[in-house]
Amino acid sequence: MAVTNIMIVGVGGQGTLLTSRILGGITTKAGYEVKLSEVHGMAQRGGSVVTFVRYGENVAEPIVEEGCADVLIAFERLEAMRYAHFLKKDGVIIVNDQRIDPITVLTGMAEYPENIIENLSKDHKVIAVDAMSEAKKLGNTRVFNTIIIGVAAKHMNFKYDEWIDVIRNTVPAKTVDINIKAFEAGYAIG
Amino acid sequence: MLGNEAIARGAYEAGVKVSSAYPGTPSTEMSENLVKYEGVYAEWAPNEKVAAEVAMGASIAGVRAMCAMKCVGLNVASDPLYTASYIGAKGGLVYLVADDPGLYSSQNEQDTRRIAISAHVPVLEPSDSEEARVMTKRAFEISEEYDTPVILRTTTRVAHSQGLVHLEERVVPEDKEYERNPGKNVMVPANAKMRHKFVIERDKKLAEDGSTAKFADLNKAIYSDEKINLDGEDLKVGFITSGIPYQYVMEVFPNANILKLGMVSPLPKKLIEEFASKVDRLYIIEELEPVIEEQVRSWGIPCFGKDIFPLDGEYSANMLREKILKADLELSAPNNVPVRPPILCPGCPHRATYSVLKKLHIHASGDIGCYTLGVAAPLSVVDTTLCMGGSISMLHGMEKGKGKEWVKNWVAVIGDSTFLHTGVNSLMNMSYNQATGTVIILDNSTTGMTGHQDHPATGKMLNGETTLAIDLVKLCEGMGIKNVKVVDAFDIKKLEETIKEEVAKDELSVIISQSPCALLKSYKAKGKCYVDPEKCKKCGKCLIPGCPAIKKDKETGFSIIDETMCNGCGLCQQNCPFGAISLKANE
Repeated sequence: MAVTNIMIVGVGGQGTLLTSRILGGITTKAGYEVKLSEVHGMAQRGGSVVTFVRYGENVAEPIVEEGCADVLIAFERLEAMRYAHFLKKDGVIIVNDQRIDPITVLTGMAEYPENIIENLSKDHKVIAVDAMSEAKKLGNTRVFNTIIIGVAAKHMNFKYDEWIDVIRNTVPAKTVDINIKAFEAGYAIG
Repeated sequence: MLGNEAIARGAYEAGVKVSSAYPGTPSTEMSENLVKYEGVYAEWAPNEKVAAEVAMGASIAGVRAMCAMKCVGLNVASDPLYTASYIGAKGGLVYLVADDPGLYSSQNEQDTRRIAISAHVPVLEPSDSEEARVMTKRAFEISEEYDTPVILRTTTRVAHSQGLVHLEERVVPEDKEYERNPGKNVMVPANAKMRHKFVIERDKKLAEDGSTAKFADLNKAIYSDEKINLDGEDLKVGFITSGIPYQYVMEVFPNANILKLGMVSPLPKKLIEEFASKVDRLYIIEELEPVIEEQVRSWGIPCFGKDIFPLDGEYSANMLREKILKADLELSAPNNVPVRPPILCPGCPHRATYSVLKKLHIHASGDIGCYTLGVAAPLSVVDTTLCMGGSISMLHGMEKGKGKEWVKNWVAVIGDSTFLHTGVNSLMNMSYNQATGTVIILDNSTTGMTGHQDHPATGKMLNGETTLAIDLVKLCEGMGIKNVKVVDAFDIKKLEETIKEEVAKDELSVIISQSPCALLKSYKAKGKCYVDPEKCKKCGKCLIPGCPAIKKDKETGFSIIDETMCNGCGLCQQNCPFGAISLKANE
């Protein structure tokens, strides 16, 4: 089987690492070779962050190359736009419909682009989710990323129960229940 | 496992007993994982030089030891490294050094292999997590057999990528008997002369053995009959590579002739000559410096290398496709979007200190840590950043060059962890040489940038045990500094007064601007701040410190605060002249 390339992009502090580890867990469980590549350090302080997940029979490099991504999971609109050129022609974008202004916009040095989702939809299949509002309904805005995993799970070929198992084993013990609820909510939307 | 986790596992399996390190991206997680294993003593040292010496001591005593650092940390540890090479290793001695091509979190893009060659220390380089585990174990064996420290070199993509890892049992070699042996362990010139000869011979032996079956697990030549059409010719193409670039070669040319080097220094000359003789065209694929290429060319072997590949940044499979196959990848151009650089977090105490410096138009001689981010707009306070501890000595140099009046609108800013790393020496120099400058220690009670590691002033060790905390005030006073002031970083009125007073003095001053990092687990957010639109006059004063949680509403012009981001630090509240911002305390 060809290698599947997933990118998770967002703003440092949004929890891209946890998401990539859940994806790493589910794909390992399915018996694939998996490689993840993460960014730590300076880039985590509110900067643009990108994490790669690659799985298949044999995986050499741990990074996803431009023009090769099957799925782009974006935790923020502008970040979806920043990395859209990494997608394959038929690649899918799953985007959290949230706006976080970079400091360059806050200080008036740049404008936040309008109509990002509409524009991305012209060239790509885009699934937009307002995960922040969904998370608020669950009473914990931090689990918005697990809602997005739930949405993504609907478009991937892994068993529902296995996702739940992996989430149980990956997230901090105290947050297992709320994360499973978040996953369920996302799965229902997806 | 993360590459760094796998190295920790390898060290554990190899029976390592002592580890010392200073945190540095991308090496930090090695120590954080190693400390969890039973039977291993692992610590944070104040800096890499100390860490390297601790490991050397354990090795001379007869147990397996390691230390870990990032690329620039090796500069600090190079003093012990160069002579440790002469002394050699009794118990296996391994230095993990993590390079950072692409500069994800470093101040330069140096290549550890250059230092290793001049120190005559062998270098192993893994290309994924499993290799990282296996090579760590192999490094300890080589260290003991050849009587040498060994550098395990990684890069960010190996250290911070995860892959499957097999586990083996821990095997602890018996502790070696300590023997007094001054000819080997005391490097006075007469002894060093003898040991230098040994080191030269050791290099030769390693290079020879590197071509033999003994190193076949590390240096692997894979031959194939495949021909690749390049420039209109069908050629047997060969690649010499190591580390993460090996994976890029495998991605594009999985069936080509590949010589994968696990030991990248010293090079196995015979093996390389043999490999080169069997291919029509040879490429050397190595990130950063042309270390392999220069040696291969010096042996009269023609090859392609830095003539077509860059000296900086990371490589990729696409790059090989473009440069070697001259492929048109028909990539779409990236969208033109505003950049999103890293910034100080909401609730960060450094922002509070910087907002005062900005108000007072004071320049900062900066240092290495999160607070380097004070260089960016809108704070734009940090003027210079060189290396760990450099802020204080550079301020001193400015004063000696331009006079004490000139530095009255300058301060040095340095974090608590960086101060204890090498800032202490610089401050001692200021005190000794009658400086009058002002040093601000930005004390957030942690090593923030690398992910919150403890240090000698936090009262906790790497293993989580409580210990004594170095008293920064007494430390500075012990150097004879009369003006040592401690101020709450968020009491900006008091901070402003103190800074004004101290920079005006014709005496050396230290201001410890204190408040914990807002990302620490122990940090308790006070609440959330709110803007009352009835009182807000749209003056924008609250926006000056550049907190990402507050912005001007485009439609109304009022300031608004994002409650999901706000930590309730109250900095914007203190900056508002109209009392329009209030703090709703957490219950």
